Amino acid sequence: MRTFLLRRLAAVPLTLAGVSVLVFLATDVLPGDVGRTVLGREASAEAVAQYNHRLGLDDPLWLRYGRWLGHFLTGDWGTSYTLGEPVAGLVRDRLAASLTLAVFAFVLLVPVALGAGLLAGSRHDTWLDRAVSGVGLALGAIPEFVTGVVLLVVFAVQLHWFPVSAQPAPGDGPFAVLARLFLPALSLVLLCTGYVARHVRASTIAVVDGGYVRAARLRGTPPARILARHVLRNATVPAASALGVQLQFLLGGLVVVELLFNYPGLGALLLQSAVDRDVPTLQATAMVLGLAYLTVTLLADITYRLLDPRVRLAVPA
Amino acid sequence: MSAGLLVEALSAAYGPATVLREVSFAVAPGETFGLVGESGCGKTTLGYLLGGHLRPGGRHAGGRVTVDGVDVLALDAAALRRWRRGGIAFVHQDGAGALDPTMRIGAQVAEVLRLRGLGRRAAAAEAVGLLDRVGLPGGAARRYPHQLSGGQRQRVMIAAVLAARPRLLVLDEPTTGLDAATQAEVLDLLARLRAELSAAVVLISHDLELVGRHCDRVGVLYAGRLVESGPAAEVLADPAHPYTAGLLDSAPRRGVPRTVRRLAAIPGRPPLPGDPVAGCVFAARCPVADSACAPAEPAPADLPGGRAVACVHPRTAPRRRAETAVAVPAAVPVAEPLLEVHDLTRAYAGTAVLERVDLTIGRGEVVGLVGESGSGKTTLARAIAGLHPDGTGRLRFAGADLPARLARRDPDVRRRIQMVFQDPDTTLNPAQTVRRILERARRTLGGEPDVDTLAARTRLDGELLDRRPDRLSGGQRQRVAIARSFAGRPALVICDEPVSALDVSVQAAVLEVLAEQRERTGTSYLFISHDLAVVGYLADRIAVLYRGVLVEQGPAHAVLAGPHHPYTAALVGAGRPAPPALAPAAGCRFFAACFRRIEGLCDTTAPPDTQLGPRHTVRCHLDPAALPRTDSITSISITSTSNTSISSTSIGGVPA
Amino acid sequence: MTARVSAAVILLWAAVALLWPHLVPHDPALQDPALRFRPPGPGHWLGTDQFGRDVLSRVLAGARPVLLVAPLATALGVLAGTIVGLVSGTVRGWFDDIVMRVLDAVVVFPTVIAAVLFIALLGRSPLVVVLVVGAAFVPIVARSVRAATLVEREKPYVDAARLRGEPLPSLMAREILPNIRGTVLVEATSRLGDAVFAAATLSFLGLGQPPGSPEWGAAVSDNRVWLQVAPWTVLAPALAIGSLVVAVALFSDALRHRLEAAR
Repeated sequence: MRTFLLRRLAAVPLTLAGVSVLVFLATDVLPGDVGRTVLGREASAEAVAQYNHRLGLDDPLWLRYGRWLGHFLTGDWGTSYTLGEPVAGLVRDRLAASLTLAVFAFVLLVPVALGAGLLAGSRHDTWLDRAVSGVGLALGAIPEFVTGVVLLVVFAVQLHWFPVSAQPAPGDGPFAVLARLFLPALSLVLLCTGYVARHVRASTIAVVDGGYVRAARLRGTPPARILARHVLRNATVPAASALGVQLQFLLGGLVVVELLFNYPGLGALLLQSAVDRDVPTLQATAMVLGLAYLTVTLLADITYRLLDPRVRLAVPA
Repeated sequence: MSAGLLVEALSAAYGPATVLREVSFAVAPGETFGLVGESGCGKTTLGYLLGGHLRPGGRHAGGRVTVDGVDVLALDAAALRRWRRGGIAFVHQDGAGALDPTMRIGAQVAEVLRLRGLGRRAAAAEAVGLLDRVGLPGGAARRYPHQLSGGQRQRVMIAAVLAARPRLLVLDEPTTGLDAATQAEVLDLLARLRAELSAAVVLISHDLELVGRHCDRVGVLYAGRLVESGPAAEVLADPAHPYTAGLLDSAPRRGVPRTVRRLAAIPGRPPLPGDPVAGCVFAARCPVADSACAPAEPAPADLPGGRAVACVHPRTAPRRRAETAVAVPAAVPVAEPLLEVHDLTRAYAGTAVLERVDLTIGRGEVVGLVGESGSGKTTLARAIAGLHPDGTGRLRFAGADLPARLARRDPDVRRRIQMVFQDPDTTLNPAQTVRRILERARRTLGGEPDVDTLAARTRLDGELLDRRPDRLSGGQRQRVAIARSFAGRPALVICDEPVSALDVSVQAAVLEVLAEQRERTGTSYLFISHDLAVVGYLADRIAVLYRGVLVEQGPAHAVLAGPHHPYTAALVGAGRPAPPALAPAAGCRFFAACFRRIEGLCDTTAPPDTQLGPRHTVRCHLDPAALPRTDSITSISITSTSNTSISSTSIGGVPA
Repeated sequence: MTARVSAAVILLWAAVALLWPHLVPHDPALQDPALRFRPPGPGHWLGTDQFGRDVLSRVLAGARPVLLVAPLATALGVLAGTIVGLVSGTVRGWFDDIVMRVLDAVVVFPTVIAAVLFIALLGRSPLVVVLVVGAAFVPIVARSVRAATLVEREKPYVDAARLRGEPLPSLMAREILPNIRGTVLVEATSRLGDAVFAAATLSFLGLGQPPGSPEWGAAVSDNRVWLQVAPWTVLAPALAIGSLVVAVALFSDALRHRLEAAR
């Protein structure tokens, strides 16, 4: 377990370095002439060259990467081209907003997905199982902006239960904030439930049909005790890794949902800065999202290993 | 109210397919009843049904199961649950499957006690005591199943049985998959358990010999019918049903080579559940069936001596006892070496799997390699074949160096070493027809004239050629695999457990095909098996592998009869399992389990190879005169030579 | 049953993508300010949008971009992924190690972020979407094909082929590939579902076709400001996407079940 942790932690800087190279290359090499973009079509060639030189944009690639990475690591993330404010503060605020949404969605997701999976798995091959599995499969295939639109039309436009926009208004109480976040979170949950529930269902079936549950039945163990002592834990352990995968999905889905619901999060910022070619903002946003992504993957792996004694106590090979 | 287990006309079905048909037998408290049969005969379904359990889709189709007067199948769900807590206990083949991987074993035993009404504390304490009694002392209760060996897991299951104190104990292949020494320990423990509980015991097994040794009475199941039952010793010595006789004649016996007694396979294959049956279900495969067998299924009829048989012509099947009288060979002719293995070492993830193995296979010689699972048999086979090249040591083939890596071998040499694998389900490419498989092998190996000849030589029916492997039986697939390995002109064929996945009645046919191919071509075999009886049937010489070390090799008869290595003695069945000790870092690997170990020597110094006779060496510290012998092997050979032989015409060919 | 219905839906949309010029009741690009925001009714069965364009016609015309991009991206990803996975799994050794490390690094990078980065900077065109989505599939397909290859490779029939000296291409093409085609087929159908998903999402994010295209995702995105005024303009393309992705997902699932049952 400890060697596993060390190995995984050692891999994090490596992967981050890879992410940083990719982000840098994509944002530095591809966007063309920054001076021309910033100064506009009318500016003279000398002015553009001077601008580029002042920003160090005519230095060799490796030097620019080193400088950029140095700045990034020391917290100097530059100033947004379009918004004019420091990128660090901007990204921090947006990250907080995105995390609120993601955590809310995750808190909704876990009980719904585990419940659906356990229900379908323990009622294996009944109409209930088929219904839960089929609906989960269908919902998991539909992009979140499609479910989001349907939710908006039904619950916001027709029924007026929830606001159309998730953008926080001044003076919102905590309840109002959650009400605003409910529809965006729900569209993410609907997307992810099917996948997690399918894993829980499969492992529940494996456990229920498996040797030790049969052995417990043959010893005359009451069904409630079998469920509590044997099925619950064994069936939900594999779900941890499925949940980890879905957290990554959630992060990706933020871009879409934040755009649809006008929510000022990191995903919306990523898209906006990419469209605007706001390079410092784009770089910082991509790096922070990449880091969040890696953290989530790592946490999911560790949780999975903590839950399963076979892995936790495995003799290192 | 009768004590013990009473099964009356019990039937069960899956959908329209009958899997059990009117099975009746009784087991008194303290008595052990053995149920024998091949895979698919319904024995596991029967075992479960004794506890009122059926797998999904199964249906109780009539009859009664009574345990100490309780009509088990008439109980409702809640009553059944209450009855099970003290009424019945199971021990299955795979102890790992029956244990919850996320619970400590102490808690799992305690759970059984809690069901019997003990408090949490008392149950935990009692569980530790029970685990101690089955040889898992002290801190073992806090371990998880994956931290235990297969034998230890079976001990946990036995502790759970002790906790339940059932009236009926069902043992379903309890030792299958365990190595010989562990098997003996577990069986020993089960015998003590039976004495203590005075429960009725049903032992389900495919292993006739095991049932014969451990049961008072036996029943033989065929296609869901109990075709014969009676006292174990008498049924096995003098079978009344032709199927029982066929099973006995197709099973090799320890220490009896092919030159003494040839195996007879039962032709055909058992009907699948749901196949239409008219008359006797065994008639299609029966050597004595006639028109009298066709009209109706024979009902079990009582014979004298507490026996019963369901056959129109009981006790008429010809028996095959001995064929050729063979004296114990004085000296094995020294064959010119074909393959030499020198100082071969192989490791997986830092653990030595093979350690300094020296082995020679002569031209035309069959060398049998025995050892328990995990002893390195397959690694040795794959190393010789070039499929496991990483490690040290030298290989020589036909007088020239043989590179370890397959890709470095000369194509001509490579074609001359072929392999037959264990698992019939994966040995053939499922995407190709038999004809294509053999055609491809013939073309790349550059040998036999045509596919039909190849098939005929392995007794494969021509109509099978255009089928894909999934439409063949296990025995047929293995025969295709043999045909494939003989598609060129192999000098050495490595057979890695070729029959261990097959039922007894089928395995004989495969062994016969292998024997015939060898007689026809003079090919050498390295024949690997965990089963000494199977190895002894074909091998000229036998090598014994224990945890990567070749502890003994020599002429087959000499190795089996002794004087031999204490481990070989344990395999042959003579050695008593020793109380376990910690394995030493240096010294003999068998030290911990050896009943003849010398403390202070065997645990510190690696044993030398001692020459016992011509080409017979033992790696042991014991003085040759002190090495164990196994007299029963010698006596089997001697009695079998004095037996009257059945004329060879009645043996005929091995059915395809 | 499910398989048949979902296959019918997929085929229906494929036919629409191919034949929409003959099927549309109106020119999907024709603007008429007088017809702004007509609710669904006779003449305009799904209503009209802010420019007075016929929503039904635009939905029918919007099928083509998705059904062009998604299969191409799938084909690219599955083909390249199968080759990489098959070779890597058969050859093993250092080659396999390097390939897997590279794929691990690629798969760890969130697809949406990568797609946004690349498309925003390379410019939007169907070709870029095909390349980005297809490239994102390569590691996914390669991993599962490699896993299936490793399972097959350990089987004795492959050992037997090696023992008789079958060359590497023959080993892969004759022995392994025919026995992992189920995995490849399931990968292809699941990736097709993902590709429709991805193409629609990228279009919604404004990273697909140039503006003005009737593409479904872009239509949802363009009209969402009118959600409260004319919900049909958003619902119609959204439900079109939904019907296609659900059909592909159910078909893929039914196929997987059938292959597993056959095993």
